Order: sequence, then C-alpha cells, then structure tokens
Amino acid sequence: MLFYSFFKTLVGQPVTVELKNDLAITGVLVSVDQFLNIKLDNIKVVDEERYPHMLAVKNCFIRGSVVRYVQLPAPSVDTALLQDAARRERQQPAAARR
Amino acid sequence: MDSFQIFTTSTSLVDSVDKKLLVVLRDGRKLIGILRSFDQFANLVLQDTIERIYVGDAYGDIPRGIFIIRGENVVLLGEIDLDKEDESPLREVPVEEILQVQREEMELRVKREKIKNRMLSDQGFSVDQAEFGDLY
Repeated sequence: MLFYSFFKTLVGQPVTVELKNDLAITGVLVSVDQFLNIKLDNIKVVDEERYPHMLAVKNCFIRGSVVRYVQLPAPSVDTALLQDAARRERQQPAAARR
Repeated sequence: MDSFQIFTTSTSLVDSVDKKLLVVLRDGRKLIGILRSFDQFANLVLQDTIERIYVGDAYGDIPRGIFIIRGENVVLLGEIDLDKEDESPLREVPVEEILQVQREEMELRVKREKIKNRMLSDQGFSVDQAEFGDLY
C-alpha cells in the first residue's frame, strides 16, 4: 500500500497523467484509491488538437490499469522518506501491517 | 487493510451517479450517457447512451441505449461541463456522413501503416503484427 499512501499525500497537487493510449492529462489530483485509480479536477489535455472529445470535460476519473506515467511536482516528493518507507514496509511482516 | 477502505472506488464515483458522463473505452470508442451504477472494478451502467464518433473537427452521434460496461474496458470517465460543451468549436454532422469520413480515415491509416511496415521490413526490422490500435 506504499504507493497508495504516497499518492494520498499528493492530493491537491497538480499532476500530469500519461495514459497507455498516449493521452496526457494535467489536472489537480482529487483522489486516489487502492487500484491507483486517479481522479483529476480542472483538467487540460496536453495535445488538445488530437483529442477533441476532451474539450468539454472538466474533471475525470482515470482507471489505474490504463496509466503509464504520473508526472509529479518535484518539490512535493521526498525521495529519502519514500526510500525509508519502502525499507520499513519490507521489514514488517505482512501480518503485522494489517 | 481495514475493510472500510476496500471500497474506495465508490467514494470517488458516487458523486458522478446520475450525471452525464463521457466514457472512453479501450477500443477508442466514446460513449456519452447517464451513469446509473458502478462497482469497485469500475463496471458501469450507462443509461440513454449515445456513441459519439469524432473525425477532425466533426462529430456524429449514434443512439445506443443502455450499456453495462465491463470495468477492464474503461479508460476514463469525464464529467461534461455543459457551458464548455456549448462553446465547443466542433460541428455536428449526420451519422452516415461521419461513418463515411471515419471509414476513409481508417483506410488511409491502414494504407500508411502498410507502407511503413514494408519500408521497415525492407530495412531488416521485424514488424510487429499486433492488432492495430490496441496499446493496453
């Protein structure tokens, strides 16, 4: 659940989600769930001319399984903390985490 | 995991129920309908659905009715901003016309792809014959 928890800390930040069909959407992260489904608000499609159907869409829900990349604002990512969290998750037996 | 956290997809989709949504499917189809139900896999029920076909700056609608969409085929769901929809630069054309234009564009794409593949294989590259368009 590390990445789920991590994405939860990014709620409210502007992110760019690139999908497996090459569509890239920038917007404010509203919510994320355990499948890493992502909800964005105030969206803007990076290459609008290629995707005219997205013009009238203001917020969207993206299924986690179709996401290729999520581009994050660098200042809001603490890599040292993430590394530490990964180590801690590894050390804890699965049963104790429940 | 606490059991109340298992259904978090519902917390994010429950606000979209009974609203007019655009659903993009993995095969590239765009459906517009009213969301009536969903579950944790993003299986969806859409009512009064139309399929909208876009080619260039034109679009055409085909009335389809009720859909139950299996979640794995969903790419995204977007809520349609009715104000933005009115000021859209796109023009609506009759279904027959958009289907004709779509067919022409598809044929052009297939032709281009064939030429590209031929050139690549002439250069000694192995050409992926995977079904056209499925990137998932």
